[in-house]
Amino acid sequence: MRKNAKVTTVCVIATSILIAAILLDLHMAYTPLSLSQTIDGILGRGDYVSNVVVRKINGPRIVMGCFVGAGLALSGAVMQAIFRNPMASPYILGMSSGASFGAALALLFPLAFLPELFSVPACSFIFCFITVFIVYSISKTQGRTQTETLILAGIAVGSMFSAFVSFLTYISGEKMAGIVFWMMGDIGQYEWNNVIIVAPLVLIGCLLMLTRANDLNAMMLGDIHANDLGVNVAQVRKEMLFATALVTAACVSFVGVIGFVGLVIPHIMRILMGPDNRYLLPASIIGGAAFIVLCDYISRSIIPGDILPIGILTSIIGAPYFIYLLIRRKKEMGW
Amino acid sequence: MVTRYRVCGLSFNYEGKKVLDNIDFELKEGELLGILGPNGCGKSTLVKNMNRYLSPHDGLILLDEASLEDYRRKDIAKIVSVVPQTNEIRFAFTVRDIVSMGRMPFTNQFGSETSDDEEIIENAMRKAGVKQFENRLINTMSGGERQKVIIARALAQTPRIILMDEPTLHLDVSAQFEILDLIQNLSKTEGLTVVIVSHDLSMVARYCDRIAMIHEHRIMCCGTPEEVLTPENMLTVFNVDAELGMDQKIGKRTVYLHGVSHPSAEK
Repeated sequence: MRKNAKVTTVCVIATSILIAAILLDLHMAYTPLSLSQTIDGILGRGDYVSNVVVRKINGPRIVMGCFVGAGLALSGAVMQAIFRNPMASPYILGMSSGASFGAALALLFPLAFLPELFSVPACSFIFCFITVFIVYSISKTQGRTQTETLILAGIAVGSMFSAFVSFLTYISGEKMAGIVFWMMGDIGQYEWNNVIIVAPLVLIGCLLMLTRANDLNAMMLGDIHANDLGVNVAQVRKEMLFATALVTAACVSFVGVIGFVGLVIPHIMRILMGPDNRYLLPASIIGGAAFIVLCDYISRSIIPGDILPIGILTSIIGAPYFIYLLIRRKKEMGW
Repeated sequence: MVTRYRVCGLSFNYEGKKVLDNIDFELKEGELLGILGPNGCGKSTLVKNMNRYLSPHDGLILLDEASLEDYRRKDIAKIVSVVPQTNEIRFAFTVRDIVSMGRMPFTNQFGSETSDDEEIIENAMRKAGVKQFENRLINTMSGGERQKVIIARALAQTPRIILMDEPTLHLDVSAQFEILDLIQNLSKTEGLTVVIVSHDLSMVARYCDRIAMIHEHRIMCCGTPEEVLTPENMLTVFNVDAELGMDQKIGKRTVYLHGVSHPSAEK
């Protein structure tokens, strides 16, 4: 079958890029390691420096990057399916603004008994969920949730939280840099014990989404079609909103607002292999992870001795490729 | 097996406004039932109730003697399928992808198809006349072609009842005949029960065995086209001066529309 061949090709290429990116990113350090040092580091039989670089510094950063990239890309694909809207991304319900507000709040008013590395993600996570809850409650009129109302409520609540963030940034004084840097995204500040908090949340959310791939296909035709095919549309939509909120909140609260992955990776995959969610969702996972790790590698190598915030890189690299695909694709490809 | 489908005293309100009031009718196996009424009389709402996209506020629908509300959605989908009014699909699914989705009520969550499923899909595409473009993308097709794909998807559900909501609304004239000829043919050869909801008097007169006419949210009359499409009824419901006649060339019923009702006709 032509479709299967296409799917296999895309997945093999994406996986190869992911593996290459991981190997490249693993050897990055102030003085980059050689390939044999990197491999020794992975196997734990290298010298002290390569062991520390590979296992303590680069390891958690890359695994975090994989989870964040995979989670955001998958959430974006699911959001685009349930809203039947090409502009949908994991942030469509205002979650990024809510998360930023939570982070800014925690950065501005540190609690004496809590380290910032814990309080910022926690506060950000909570506000992420508060945002989704507010948006969902607003749109829940007469027991039926209208997708248009959800999107509009998301924009409204999101911009309200953005304004709060701007206000907090304005009054933050010397803490301004911290808030601004947080919002640019950073996957490198954490260790394994942070990664093991993010990982299960992302995994649970992703599994929930993957098991609904077929129902999402039906929902992409329209609610009436999906209902006709035996899908409980309201239930699936609620479940998917919860799963995407969980994954997005887990990712954003730890690494900040990394844009573009969730919007564009699903589109790229759809252009390359078609809209069938049974294949698109797993492919988005691989693609998202590969994209973030690759961006991380570039962000660390482009200016020697300095690390660019990854949130800047994702857009600088992703946007031109996406524009290229948009121009090159035939009109008939839809989205 | 005979499928029994009865709508009993169904009422539906939308934002406190009565849209359907005490609707009663029964479907007969293998018939084409037309539900006629002007815009906004509640026809589409009735269709949405008939496969539980919406739930009635009063009354119930009996499918094989059990209330539709007590069915699992997937089990309804195995018996009743819908061809909705809007079929605009923006995602680039192939025709085959879409028709395969008709098997969803029967397959597992990942949608793995058995060879039986594949045969049903092939048959559905062939019957609806879309087999020759099974690899085309749905978003590149014309309204009439899309409608046929949706009909193929509905057939792949191997339903016993098909509900069609304004099946010819966005189609040009030749596509309208094509679609309805197809449906009539399927109904006759497969014993499918078909409900066609429409405001197109001539189409319904030509194709349907029985007609239910909705006026002010109630069924005003129900019966053969000759019984229902009287000049008086068409005047009351559609405010037109019209009469049922026979197209001599093809020997089928048609409705002659003379225009908006004249004051003299209102006597």
